[in-house]
Amino acid sequence: MLNKSFHLANAEQTEQLGAALGSALQSRGLVFLVGELGAGKTTLVRGLLRHMGFTGSTKSPTYTLVEPYEFDEHKVYHFDLYRLADPEELEYIGIDEYLTEASALSLIEWPEKGGNWLPEPHIRVELSYDKDQRQATIISQHQALLEKVSVAFEQ
Amino acid sequence: MSTKNMSTKILGIETSCDETGVAVFDEQEGIIAQALYSQIDIHAEYGGVVPELASRDHIRKTALLTEQVMSEAGLTKQDIDGVAFTQGPGLIGALLVGSTFGRSLAYSWGCKAIGVHHMEGHLLAPMLEQNKPEFPFIALLVSGGHTQLVDVKDLGDYEILGESIDDAAGEAFDKTAKIMGLGYPGGPMLARLAEQGVAGRYKFPRPMTDRPGLDFSFSGLKTFAANTLRDCDGSEQALADIAYAFQEAVVDTLMIKCRRALKQTGRKQLVVAGGVSANVSLRNGLNDLMSKVNGKAFYPRPEFCTDNGAMIAYAGFCRYKLGQFESLAIKAKPRWPMSELR
Repeated sequence: MLNKSFHLANAEQTEQLGAALGSALQSRGLVFLVGELGAGKTTLVRGLLRHMGFTGSTKSPTYTLVEPYEFDEHKVYHFDLYRLADPEELEYIGIDEYLTEASALSLIEWPEKGGNWLPEPHIRVELSYDKDQRQATIISQHQALLEKVSVAFEQ
Repeated sequence: MSTKNMSTKILGIETSCDETGVAVFDEQEGIIAQALYSQIDIHAEYGGVVPELASRDHIRKTALLTEQVMSEAGLTKQDIDGVAFTQGPGLIGALLVGSTFGRSLAYSWGCKAIGVHHMEGHLLAPMLEQNKPEFPFIALLVSGGHTQLVDVKDLGDYEILGESIDDAAGEAFDKTAKIMGLGYPGGPMLARLAEQGVAGRYKFPRPMTDRPGLDFSFSGLKTFAANTLRDCDGSEQALADIAYAFQEAVVDTLMIKCRRALKQTGRKQLVVAGGVSANVSLRNGLNDLMSKVNGKAFYPRPEFCTDNGAMIAYAGFCRYKLGQFESLAIKAKPRWPMSELR
């Protein structure tokens, strides 16, 4: 596994990292978002969606488990597994149907609640924070993908 | 000849989240029987609602509760004019239980089926009280899943003036409580802790109040709480002071937006519903606000603030009077914008 870390000075930079992910992934793939409550997971998703051209609000999917976004030619599914009690519950919400959709991008918060029911992601993003200083580490086995994110973020 | 009483009677069924609620509304008598089964105890051990467990539980409870309220009300199937059920928005599995049961029951009883919008149920719930508002009014809906300001012009004529662009107010309470080690969902515990807090020790931001508009954003408050917590001395008093400052920020923000909404529309009545409307600090603040503008705040009784069958029976009755019925198809609408209602 390869990884790369980024220093995020503020929420705007968290959004910029989201935008860089969006630009590297070309609206398909599977991304895990890991970090405590308040670490900026939903902020990152907002940056990604805005980069792709979505202009509405990015609501927390905690209550609904998944917020689907369909706009232009994009399909993005934003999951939050925080309230999942048993990974098996994923089968009942039809997770496979979402994840096997070839032309969709799935972003999953709290993937650890999904246990072994989730496939390996293309990118795993780990967010941590202390005061307003945030750190992000992106982990992937695809070197090219990591570089794309890096280049897009630094632009 | 039918011996049927002419007063319209509607059975209401609510299954959109983790409460199974069933009630009968009588045009002349009001709510004549109601039953509620809450799954909160079951979900508490998991730290939240588990959607599919919720659906399975609704399946177990809905028919039993229906029999219970029908027997309490002393009614038989011939007495019922319509079966109303929550058709959306909500969790798909949970909605399907109520929609399938409700639509099928209406078919088997030979009466009308009425699909009800869950949020319309909340909006109209204060109409079940003696002291009720008259159209038009402003409604603040605040719960774990929703934060909305609605201009309620008339039955079916609703304009969303503002809503949360990220976390709902109740969700911010629950998540901040979790960060503070109070468990999940711990919103009410956080509010209790805040009672011990001292004003002015900490100052939280009032998100999105420095610009025009009626939208809300609460997700930044939990990060602010986590940072404040990290820097404090960890004493019980400090925790209580943080809880106080957090609650004050949420209540203030809600009040600022309510004041704006009243000013913008010229309305003098404010209806407050949803689980967070039970918050004492919010109620005190809004009562003050309304008396300052020579207006009045209305709250449904506590059991009608959270999800219940009574509000669905009543909203179903209003729709029945308009002649709006379901076809034979069973439909659930997990996403159903209130603006689509007529």
